[in-house]
Amino acid sequence: MLKGRAFKFGDNISTDHIVPGRLAHLRSNLPELAKHVLEDADPDFASKVQPGDFVVGGSNFGLGSSREHAPLVIKMAGVSAVLAKSVARIFFRNAINRGLPVLICDTDKIKDGDELEVDMASGNVKNLTTGKDISFKPIPDFMLNILNEGGLVPYITKHGDFKA
Amino acid sequence: MGKTLAEKILSDKSGGLRKAGDIAISSVDLAFVQDTTGPLTIRAFKEAGFCELANHEKTVLFLDHAAPSPNWQLSNDHVFMRSFARETGCILSDVGEGVCHQVVAEKLAKPGDVIVGADSHTVTAGGIGAFATGMGSSDVAVAFALGKTWFRVPDTLLIELAGKFSRGVYAKDLILHLIGRIGADGATYKALEFGGSGVTKMAVTDRLTIANMAVEAGAKVGLFPSDEMTYEYLKSVGREKDYKPLYPDPDAQYSEKISIDLAALEPTVSKPHTVDNTALARDLKDINVDQVVIGTCTNGRLEDLEIAASILKGRRRHSRTRLIIGPASPKVLRDGVKKGYIDILLAAGGIILPPGCGPCLGLHQGALGDDEVCLSTANRNFKGRMGNPKGNIYLASTATAAASAITGKITDPREVLNA
Repeated sequence: MLKGRAFKFGDNISTDHIVPGRLAHLRSNLPELAKHVLEDADPDFASKVQPGDFVVGGSNFGLGSSREHAPLVIKMAGVSAVLAKSVARIFFRNAINRGLPVLICDTDKIKDGDELEVDMASGNVKNLTTGKDISFKPIPDFMLNILNEGGLVPYITKHGDFKA
Repeated sequence: MGKTLAEKILSDKSGGLRKAGDIAISSVDLAFVQDTTGPLTIRAFKEAGFCELANHEKTVLFLDHAAPSPNWQLSNDHVFMRSFARETGCILSDVGEGVCHQVVAEKLAKPGDVIVGADSHTVTAGGIGAFATGMGSSDVAVAFALGKTWFRVPDTLLIELAGKFSRGVYAKDLILHLIGRIGADGATYKALEFGGSGVTKMAVTDRLTIANMAVEAGAKVGLFPSDEMTYEYLKSVGREKDYKPLYPDPDAQYSEKISIDLAALEPTVSKPHTVDNTALARDLKDINVDQVVIGTCTNGRLEDLEIAASILKGRRRHSRTRLIIGPASPKVLRDGVKKGYIDILLAAGGIILPPGCGPCLGLHQGALGDDEVCLSTANRNFKGRMGNPKGNIYLASTATAAASAITGKITDPREVLNA
């Protein structure tokens, strides 16, 4: 069970909002890069977020670049999952590859600061602030197998290949 | 039942019949990274315990995003990548040797290939009929080592094109129009496939511009058939031996079809801060422009230099407007010099950048000041994209960019073409 506060963002949060290109020189210094996570969407996010908290987006979260640093620094900030109405393809795959769950659900039912509890097994998000339950779309099996190993590198290290 | 282009290529590369929705473990014909994603890829490769590449001749490291490097940190990333290239024997495309997607188109991509790159605009090679898509560093690290990757075979959205562009309207206007119409997530997880009579005579350079921006509608790939025009393009870059015809089956199943009459399109612009926020250039003529950028993997080809030179010949940039031109490859630059385009652009007050990504992603060579407006031929106008979240980026065709450089305001190129 994952538990934490919601940090609510709008639609179309791009990888440039999460880790802008102007900070490309920090990409080989991930702890330093992580201090700027989501800076262009909320300059104070990195100082406010606590381990276990959730990033909650609207539609098309993570659009743009293939930079895997985007989900990586969100995870490094202690975020336990990203929730969004929809998510861009490459970000989705990158997040799973780094062991960061991405849950597709109706995030209109979540406000900034709400306390959430996520049950990965049952596919449910409980909004503890409003008392409402929100179900999320199951993560496709192939990706769930990668997520359950903690990401693609641990998955491949263990299996040596893709398991069809 | 017939196959779409995506189903055809993924069936071929995964050794079995694959339909939309299936998982395909596909062989990879080319895997590459660039300098902002390469170091993380190399670290993932080593972390997974890999030492050897599946095929060093099909693995490429491009140093193009920070080229030449503006600071010591990125220089050290370059050192790290060059060292990996020496260790493994893979291909290194060093600083000044061009934007990855342009070099892939000129030298490497073949119709029917599966190509993965740690750069979202890897989709560009769909213009040559390759199933080419952007992935993150972990995925590409695994492709480096195993020579394969996995895909969910995408549903396909068919874009049926008819007619011809009218004067002053280009491939860029089409793709901006399409993204404005279906939205920045209008093709998420899907393949975009372009077909119809409007494709038959469309040059591959135009197809590359369109395929390049498929990802801006969320698509996994933007695919064109491989036909006579593909043959002509491959021949023009000395690779006619790489040609093979590739078409979708006549009875292929599409999840949706959209028809567009090319003749009905007008010069189109994406306004800040999303690509689908489109308008017609003629409706934006009060907007002053501080910087014009012509180049990038979207519009940095010889044809773009030709269009810009034809509009700027004997004219000069407006005094308030910087004019930055970035040829996408050394071949483009050298051909542009030989044809006299570069001289015209310099005489018009243009700044010629070394072949590379230039100011597109905010690393160097033209970061915006607060509240400045840039009109760019690139593919992205996200907040903060060009080095400053207080900058404003508009996207347009090369002709619209060149016309706007002259007037200092966003300008429908038909106004200067008619002048």
